[in-house]
Amino acid sequence: MRALRILLEKEFRQIFRNPAILRLMFMMPTVQLLFLPLAADYEVKHVNVCVVDYDRSPYSHRLVNKIKATDYFQLVDYTDSYDKALRQLARDEADVVVQISDGFERSLVRENEATVFLAVNAVNGVKANLGGAYMRAVISDFNNEVRVEWAPPQGMNLQPVIGVEAINWYNPLMNYKIFMVPGIVVILVTMVGGFLSALNIVKEKEVGTIEQINVTPIHKYQFILGKLIPFWVLGLIILTIGLFISWVAYGIVPVGSLLTIYVFAAAYLLAVLGMGLGVSTLANNQQQAMLISFFLMMIFILLGGLYTSIDSMPRWAQVVTWFNPVTYFIEVMRMVVLKGSTLYDIRMHIGIVLLMAVVLNGFAVLNYRKRS
Amino acid sequence: MSNDLAISARQLTKRFGDFTAVDAITFDVKRGEIFGFLGANGAGKTTAMRMLCGLSFPTSGTATIAGFDLAGEPEKIKRSIGYMSQKFSLYDDLSIVENIRFYGGIYGLTDQEIKDKTSQLLEVLHLQDQAKTLTKALPLGWKQKVAFSVAMVHQPKIVFLDEPTGGVDPVTRREFWTMIYEAAHAGTTVFVTTHYMDEAEYCDRVSIMVDGRIEALDTPLRLKQQFNSASMEGVFIQLARKATRSDG
Repeated sequence: MRALRILLEKEFRQIFRNPAILRLMFMMPTVQLLFLPLAADYEVKHVNVCVVDYDRSPYSHRLVNKIKATDYFQLVDYTDSYDKALRQLARDEADVVVQISDGFERSLVRENEATVFLAVNAVNGVKANLGGAYMRAVISDFNNEVRVEWAPPQGMNLQPVIGVEAINWYNPLMNYKIFMVPGIVVILVTMVGGFLSALNIVKEKEVGTIEQINVTPIHKYQFILGKLIPFWVLGLIILTIGLFISWVAYGIVPVGSLLTIYVFAAAYLLAVLGMGLGVSTLANNQQQAMLISFFLMMIFILLGGLYTSIDSMPRWAQVVTWFNPVTYFIEVMRMVVLKGSTLYDIRMHIGIVLLMAVVLNGFAVLNYRKRS
Repeated sequence: MSNDLAISARQLTKRFGDFTAVDAITFDVKRGEIFGFLGANGAGKTTAMRMLCGLSFPTSGTATIAGFDLAGEPEKIKRSIGYMSQKFSLYDDLSIVENIRFYGGIYGLTDQEIKDKTSQLLEVLHLQDQAKTLTKALPLGWKQKVAFSVAMVHQPKIVFLDEPTGGVDPVTRREFWTMIYEAAHAGTTVFVTTHYMDEAEYCDRVSIMVDGRIEALDTPLRLKQQFNSASMEGVFIQLARKATRSDG
């Protein structure tokens, strides 16, 4: 126990004497939490629309006005040449082209039916998808208006329509920030913990001090614990800073208890740090450790369900996410912050992450060799 | 094996694939002796020393260090030895005092022992004013003296020094050897590698390794007689010239 205390004393001294680590501890949460949520907003606004109106009738004007009225769209051009509109699409000046064909009003009146043609620039997939969908909604709304006007007074011919009204539980306004920020806090804790621990033992290998440690009678588990505990404390500090910033900047206060988050984070950090220390025992220099960690982090973060829904991944990818600690923490964060889940609700998550911690730290201890 | 042997190696061998770095070396080091372990670059000195310290598994052969079996009791050996590697072995972002405290603590010294040891070392090294200086700010010669003191902090029976004076100025080298003599006087066995032939003359006995094998082992005086040379340098050059292995 005394050896462990001595090791911890030394690790903490080195950490708090390293200005780069201290700066990282405060800069990273601040920058990531203030800027990333702005970028991770899926709502699409300011879709540039170019209308090609071959009809120029009162009805086509009504449709154009309706498009202009929403703040999702910005009318960049109103023209009567489809070719000109396509050129604008090619130059990226327009995202969506709406073509109202000649005889739009006539066929609407006479045949009760008219066609509007949509051309969408799909280079930016998200914008194209959502822009197209919004446009379809606007046109179908317009369609309903027209149908009401033309319906017989008794409403006999009106086709039945099922209207869907949705209530968004736990995040009533579908605010993306409330959804994203807790996830970004998770990424933050993971990155800081994962990278710092991965670089640490390797640094001792590079400098040569590990040799000196290896000729001492210190136990392997003592050495690994001496590395694990300081970064565990550091991870919890980062989490605290992250939660504080999300409260100050976004007013996010977890519906559930903070204790639940900390209990899970405590278990989670053991897993992430175990992985980092494992990498550290595998690598021969800091560059290798950095590249291996980067590789793992990329996969963990992209498959972690922060940006994309895991439910919509292919089956095999979903199986991969079961082995991804980040997935569990993001889920837990969202459950606790948005829904107010309790420790009992996340008991499975804690169990799985603890199991990962045992496996990964076990690997680190076994793979750390005092003798080659 | 008698009790007054600090180190006793028998047919100790280390192979890396096809390459035999250390080729069946057999030798004894007596208690309290200053044993010079010489050889050209790549002769296998560091590999041999790493095996004796329990940092590297021998491919074959046996050794007894401080009375303990190298294969079976490596952790017991570790309590009895000190080691100063070729690479700088102190934490350069810790101060001298913090380094002493760290290594002392790991070897199980109590707080009081560490405190006494620290003030004693600072006094001997005349570093009282530098106690709180980070190690990286010290000149190389001082660093090496501190590193030696740290390797001796738990009063080991044997201390292994791998080129402790490499790159150090002559005055500091002289002072360093004074420290080695004092340690040997106090009963510590000193196992030291060096490339300085004047230092070889200070040793009680000297072995010279060529291509992984020990080609000569005796007191400096007798080696000079045997090879009919006025200095250790002459002895060394005669032997090292036979090496077929290039620098490694």
